[in-house]
Amino acid sequence: MNSVFVYCEIEGTQIEEVSFELLTKGRKLADELNVRLEAVVVGADVKGAVEKQIMPYGVDVLHIFDAPRLSPYTTRPHASILIRLFEKEQPQICLMGATAIGRDLGPRVSSALTSGLTADCTALKIGEYDDKKAGKHYDNLLYQIRPAFGGNIVATIINPDNRPQMATVRSGVMKAEVRDEAYRGEVIYHDAEEYVNAEDYAVQVIDRHVEKSKNNLKGASIIVAGGYGVGSKENFDLLRQLAEELHGEVGASRAAVDAGYCEHELQIGQTGVTIRPKVYIACGISGAIQHVAGMKESGIVISINNDPNAPINALADYVITGNIEEVVPKMIKYYKEKSI
Amino acid sequence: MSLNIVVLAKQVPDTRNVGKEAMTPQGTVNRAALPAIVNPEDLNALELALRLKDSHPGSVITIVTMGLPKAAEVLREGLYRGADRGILVTDRAMAGADSLATSYVLSQTIRKIGVPDFVICGRQAIDGDTAQVGPQVAEKLGLNQVTYVEQVDELKDNSIIVTRRIDGGVEKVKAPLPLLLTVTGSAAPCRPRNAKLLMKYKRALAPSEKPATGLPHAEEYEKKPYLTLTQWGVPEVEADLAQCGLAGSPTKVKSVQSVVFKTKESKHLGSSDAEIENLIVELLESHTIG
Ligand SMILES: Cc1cc2nc3c(=O)[nH]c(=O)nc-3n(C[C@H](O)[C@H](O)[C@H](O)COP(=O)(O)OP(=O)(O)OC[C@H]3O[C@@H](n4cnc5c(N)ncnc54)[C@H](O)[C@@H]3O)c2cc1C
Ligand SMILES: Nc1ncnc2c1ncn2[C@@H]1O[C@H](COP(=O)(O)O)[C@@H](O)[C@H]1O
Repeated sequence: MNSVFVYCEIEGTQIEEVSFELLTKGRKLADELNVRLEAVVVGADVKGAVEKQIMPYGVDVLHIFDAPRLSPYTTRPHASILIRLFEKEQPQICLMGATAIGRDLGPRVSSALTSGLTADCTALKIGEYDDKKAGKHYDNLLYQIRPAFGGNIVATIINPDNRPQMATVRSGVMKAEVRDEAYRGEVIYHDAEEYVNAEDYAVQVIDRHVEKSKNNLKGASIIVAGGYGVGSKENFDLLRQLAEELHGEVGASRAAVDAGYCEHELQIGQTGVTIRPKVYIACGISGAIQHVAGMKESGIVISINNDPNAPINALADYVITGNIEEVVPKMIKYYKEKSI
Repeated sequence: MSLNIVVLAKQVPDTRNVGKEAMTPQGTVNRAALPAIVNPEDLNALELALRLKDSHPGSVITIVTMGLPKAAEVLREGLYRGADRGILVTDRAMAGADSLATSYVLSQTIRKIGVPDFVICGRQAIDGDTAQVGPQVAEKLGLNQVTYVEQVDELKDNSIIVTRRIDGGVEKVKAPLPLLLTVTGSAAPCRPRNAKLLMKYKRALAPSEKPATGLPHAEEYEKKPYLTLTQWGVPEVEADLAQCGLAGSPTKVKSVQSVVFKTKESKHLGSSDAEIENLIVELLESHTIG
């Protein structure tokens, strides 16, 4: 039966967190479809280094392509490998991270295979579909669910006829969970030269600087996030003060980033980071679906907004109706007083 | 060395500043209230092309857009800034295209123009944030691709060095021509319209934008052929109908759902000192904070 495939990303020989998240999701989808979960790793010196990282996620077949020129990542060698492997193996589903690599590679592969690709999914499910016009019924399709343009709308996308059904998912959206430390699957070491042509190596990386992200949004247990309602860069500094007092981190909505109140790295949501803090303090954020997509798993939500009907209030445990300029300094003041 | 460059640019609703007035009472976006703009990163792409032209005089920039007739506005914006010609690709059969069908039509268009030294796209369009069309066009034309380009560092002997902005860092890559680039928003912003070019092209229209009768300044269009923008449809780009529009789109929208957030039991409070003080005390006592 046609498997579920996950393309795993690596930095050096370390599998990226997003790939573990996708393997976990892929395992669940494969269980539901009663098929195998297969993983693909393409890189240099990965043989012997990645098997133990990957198998515990419940991988039935691991495909390894190990050759010096496969790292650092460039588009065509990785694309050629996936295209030829998928032509042979005919997966029904392929998942990739919505990362710089996944978003460079996914469309190239989907174009070659004329398969559909849905970017930035926030949920994946198996379901059925009736095409009333064509009078056709489909079972076991991948529902690729993502917020769509239009504020409070979530679209379910399907690819009824083309395979593989491809989807990218941002890091942090799904949760990584080991299936079984002792899970046994098959490992296949492929000969990369059979998949890659000399011309595929035409683009060369000549220099590379990658740093770990400066902020710790993903690991923070308290996040103070600012939206368009914060109103200015200066007011955003108030949020930084509050976050510092609470030993938390600051985050932002896209509207706050676009308005220049803070840097892009802080954006939370569908096209930013996804977070699961213990406490989320939303300051002047209306609660558009694209924003909520990135924070809905938060524990306690506190909303500060001068509009008592802001949509985010429906998600909040505490709704403070008031102005940022007034409420945030008071929070700082009373926290300082009371926390000692 | 003079270069042939094709810039792909899309007209999109301005989703960046979705204000209150743009929301319907049902809480959905009122598209009609959003101005149509050139996709922001496509302007970065155009600037990169213009800089290549500045350093390689005699280069020719063709700006291409697929969309409704009103998308010709994108072409005029390109011409005002220094593009040499614009092509509007429009056809009813192209409606409802997903990224695969879009990239098919655009790649056919580029074949028709003649594969250039550079195809330059924006990284992604803000209406869907998919970032798929560039790499898919590259695949269809068999071109190498470099995505997330921020600047060109060097171009000589048919090979280019560019800086890419990737997750948490930068990369310099060297690639031979011909090549497809996608350009990120952190690249140089686009230069403003040039006053002379604005005068020259402000009446430029695509054939389908012209009224059937009573075209103002009709005689000018006869004297100045550049005022009539090139417009192509399915026959001109020799497209296979089965790969265009809805028919050529493997992805279908099964359903759309309005999201109703599950309302939590929330505590409501105002901004008075006493209320904020009580809240902080409560949060500290429950070990939520502190
Ligand atoms: C494809 C796509 C992807 C997107 N991805 C993301 C994403 O990843 N993350 C994201 O955040 N957005 C994203 N968006 C944008 C999203 O749709 C919203 O536009 C954005 O989240 C709105 O941000 P906001 O809540 O800060 O601004 P607004 O919606 O303008 O809300 C501002 C809020 O502040 C309140 N306010 C105003 N003044 C004050 C004051 N003085 N004190 C207190 N409250 C005040 C207002 O009542 C209002 O509720 C995306 C959009 C699209 C189309
Ligand atoms: N209809 C279109 N016409 C011209 N260029 C397009 C079109 N759609 C997408 N593009 C190009 O492809 C890039 C990525 O778009 P997208 O895949 O929709 O995010 C855009 O920035 C444009 O450069």
